[in-house]
Amino acid sequence: MLRASWKSLMARKLRLFMSAFAIILGVAFVAGSFVFTDTLGRSFDSIMNSTVGDVVVRPVSGEVDLESQPSSATVPGSLVKELASTPGAARADGNITNFGTFVVGKNGKLIGGFGPPGIGANYTEGPAAKGLQPLSIDVGRWPTAAGEVVLDEKTADKAGYLVGEKVNLVSSGTQPRITARLVGIATMEGGTAGASLAIFDTAEARTLFMDGKDVYTDIWVTAADGTSQQELRDAVAARLPAGVEAVTGDSAAKAAASDIQEALGFITTFLLIFAGVALVVGSFLIVNTFSILVAQRSRELALFRALGSTRRQVARSVLFEASVIGLVGSVIGLGLGVVIAIGIRTLFGQFGLDLSGQSLIISPRTVIVSLVVGLVVTLVAAYLPARKAGKVPPVAAMRDDAVLAESGMRGRTIVGTGLTVAGVGLLGAGLFADVPKPTYWVGGGILGIVLGVALISPIVGRPVIAAIGWLYRRTFGAVGLMAQQNAQRNPRRTGATASALMIGVTLVSMMAVFGASAKASIDKAVEKEFVADYVVSSVVGTPFSTEVTKELAAVPGVKEVAAFRWDAVKSSAKGENRGVIGIDPSHVGVLGPTPMVTGRLADLTATSVSISQERATTDRLEVGSRIDLTRGGTTKPFTVAAIHGESALLSADYLLSLPALESLDGPKTDSFVFVSREPGTVPAQVGRDLDKALADLPVVTVKDQGEFADEQRAQVNQMLYLIYALLGLAVIIAILGIINTLALSVIERTREIGLLRAVGLSRRQLKRMLRLESIVIALLGATLGIGLGVAFGVALQRSLADDGIDVLAVPWPQLVLFVALSGLVGILAAWWPGWRASKLDILRAVTTE
Amino acid sequence: MTTDLAQERRDTTATPKVAARVTDLVKTYGSGDTAVTALKGVSLDIAAGEFTAIMGPSGSGKSTLMHCAAGLDSVTQGSVRLGDTELTTLKEKDLTKVRRDHIGFVFQSFNLIPTLNAAENILLPLSIAGRKPDPQWYDHVIATVGLGDRLGHRPGELSGGQQQRVACARALVSRPEIIFADEPTGNLDSTSGAEVLGFLRRSVDDFGQTIVMVTHDPGAASWTDRVVFLADGRIVTELREPTPERILETMKSLDAKVQG
Repeated sequence: MLRASWKSLMARKLRLFMSAFAIILGVAFVAGSFVFTDTLGRSFDSIMNSTVGDVVVRPVSGEVDLESQPSSATVPGSLVKELASTPGAARADGNITNFGTFVVGKNGKLIGGFGPPGIGANYTEGPAAKGLQPLSIDVGRWPTAAGEVVLDEKTADKAGYLVGEKVNLVSSGTQPRITARLVGIATMEGGTAGASLAIFDTAEARTLFMDGKDVYTDIWVTAADGTSQQELRDAVAARLPAGVEAVTGDSAAKAAASDIQEALGFITTFLLIFAGVALVVGSFLIVNTFSILVAQRSRELALFRALGSTRRQVARSVLFEASVIGLVGSVIGLGLGVVIAIGIRTLFGQFGLDLSGQSLIISPRTVIVSLVVGLVVTLVAAYLPARKAGKVPPVAAMRDDAVLAESGMRGRTIVGTGLTVAGVGLLGAGLFADVPKPTYWVGGGILGIVLGVALISPIVGRPVIAAIGWLYRRTFGAVGLMAQQNAQRNPRRTGATASALMIGVTLVSMMAVFGASAKASIDKAVEKEFVADYVVSSVVGTPFSTEVTKELAAVPGVKEVAAFRWDAVKSSAKGENRGVIGIDPSHVGVLGPTPMVTGRLADLTATSVSISQERATTDRLEVGSRIDLTRGGTTKPFTVAAIHGESALLSADYLLSLPALESLDGPKTDSFVFVSREPGTVPAQVGRDLDKALADLPVVTVKDQGEFADEQRAQVNQMLYLIYALLGLAVIIAILGIINTLALSVIERTREIGLLRAVGLSRRQLKRMLRLESIVIALLGATLGIGLGVAFGVALQRSLADDGIDVLAVPWPQLVLFVALSGLVGILAAWWPGWRASKLDILRAVTTE
Repeated sequence: MTTDLAQERRDTTATPKVAARVTDLVKTYGSGDTAVTALKGVSLDIAAGEFTAIMGPSGSGKSTLMHCAAGLDSVTQGSVRLGDTELTTLKEKDLTKVRRDHIGFVFQSFNLIPTLNAAENILLPLSIAGRKPDPQWYDHVIATVGLGDRLGHRPGELSGGQQQRVACARALVSRPEIIFADEPTGNLDSTSGAEVLGFLRRSVDDFGQTIVMVTHDPGAASWTDRVVFLADGRIVTELREPTPERILETMKSLDAKVQG
């Protein structure tokens, strides 16, 4: 029996490859995301190990949060000498680190991407944890005096600087512009993951980044031989003043690495979602392929039954075929997954997160999970067709018209409707009710609805097919009629094939509606609430020096300048990190018409706070209430002075004056600066003057309202295009599904096609007939997909209405384009089956066997 | 080409003419050592308005002759003319058009498209060509075929005999120069078979239709005007105004010759 299945496998290589392709793509995404995540993890583990000493002494940080800006708290310089003499300590070195120092290339452009920091640091001889010396000087020497700098190799290379040349830098410190002579080029073992390094002499770094004060960002204490990190930490901890803590290098590195991995965890989730989509779509393809193969082979299978094979043996032979496909597909998918991981790594390199210094990690888990997922999905998908194969009656071998009757639609309708209803319930709960882990509810809901609708697609698709059929008959006569009839001939097969495309189209149109709504909401917010004439923001997303704000105020024609700082704090009333915005109370007018419930933002002091209406209600606070706000290791009491309503710009839970935020050791850098123009000045002139003032600070750009809105929209577009590209793969699988179904149908209808050709159907007409059938399938998928996608998109928008996506926009032209593209997909998919059909031998049909 | 054939058709009403002419037809399958020659130089005229049967034992080449004459199969050597049109040199596209517009087909089984109902099947060649049937002629054919209320049924809902009659109606409705029927009664019981043959006979007598039928059934062949006997790829003899007895006799003598 197994031998027979093996032979039948080999006889259908091409068809099976097409089914396997779906598995290959799905598994490739699973494997790719694991490989990339592991590689990312290993990279950051090793990078973080070289960014800590044996013991790190730092301001008490509390729970580090990635939404917060780096703390501006410091440790006193006098501590270095004291800690060096700790028993078990070999030496102690004070470090100065600034995360907003970027190199300006020779072309005047900033070196660095959106995400990885530009690090400015001092040079010390102190080794990293466990005696590591991650930095080594390649060319030249380390800096020893003011006005000297050493860059990492990649940055120097990109910027085009040679040793001895003058280097321009920008910094978020008190000196926004730095010029120094390049005295050496250093390399970091394992690469810098895209960060740039600029290393100065300690005294110089203190001037540049610490306002010249004798303080450090942190201190590394190096253990003497025979002293463990833990022993040294305990000895050091005993000598520390209040507000300063000591942690072992291992735990500091681990915490930092896991924070970054958590922040980048969305990549894994993202990729796994696409893997899931690919596998679901792929399973439709497999169900269909196996159903058709079983139907075509029913005589052969019946012969096996007649010769004495049991039902189980017949079913098992089909499952055996499936497992071979699953296994082969998974193995190829695994290989392709590694390629995908390399691709993602390259893509990230383009965005600045350069991981090329690390080799790819293919862990046993990746291999096992990939193979198991591929195999299980294939077997589950092939189970029903296999069971059906077992049910072929032996007598079918003797009959000419051995066709497996399509069983009734009733069971399918009940299950499909049930799944859809349950899906709607889950989706509704996930979007609108307060449930734990809403994403799982939403995902489960969407999956339920999609599977449910796929099951009942033969029924709900009827009006669509009827409408297209009517058009076909009118336009293409007999050819159109036959195309429509063929599409309706086997409603389940058509439904399943269309459903594969439906899934892709559903997700694409959902994202289209969501994206259009997001953009419309941005436009509305900008139009309604953006009262500033210009906004100044960083090109790399890193806050910039407050000097920029001061310089802007001095530009002629500028009326008001309002700084804006993003950060996160915890309050005594609410235990988790919430957004805080630092503002200048004397210039709040520039930030827009913030609706106030009580109080005025202009009245904020260094000890008062404005809270959002939501916080006031939920935490039962009112004007005059006292709350403690905690940022890192610093806690300060505040009085609620005002309660603010919803606005696009000042959307944080807490609003603090700049001095209040700084008193919490908040950032001494600005995230945005909003600028208003003197009445009567020429907008273009002021814009040019602002540009000129910032010309040598390429880290920031000036945008007017329109440009600002464009930039925000561009970010939405970028996200959409990425998602479209990934969903494109689901569409490719669906195209393969249509090709497969049509090709198998052509084989099934050999005699019919021969007859049609005999009575005068030309090759062109035959191809057209298949093309029209293919278009019916594609348009059915597209119509169902767009229906579902728009519904999902609207639900998504409604659920996010409170989070700023408060305008619903349905991009009809775009959706019509999707339908048109789906039709094109149908045309493409029919090409090969049509070609094959036109080459069929007429005589094979008309001569009786 | 179309005008040639139309011209031809008008001429047939005047003097009985040749509807199809096969000259020195050779058909070889395969090549080299495995080559099999199915037709070894066949020449045959099919008179217009006549019902001709082609008979012969299995492997005699009778089906091959029909396929070649009908433009379904290519020929190795020789010529096939339908009216004034030489089929052997036509391109696939034109050949398809000839089949569509000038030839009618009735096969032994699987004659109809299962997704189309009887009426749609009958009109298929016309609708493929984008033409409308002559309503009078259509009604006439429908009346003759005797399907009555079953025109809206799909082939699956018709009996074997009804299906073959639908196929005959389809062949007739486009008024082709010639109809080729390949064992049209092969799968039918004698009553249904007689209905189909009677229908074919009537279309020859009443409408002047030219029909060529391949069969191995002497009973079926006796409905025709002329029986051409094939053996081993060659025409060996023919009968005019055949009766079942004479056909059987001829077949026996042929068998004896082959064995002797």
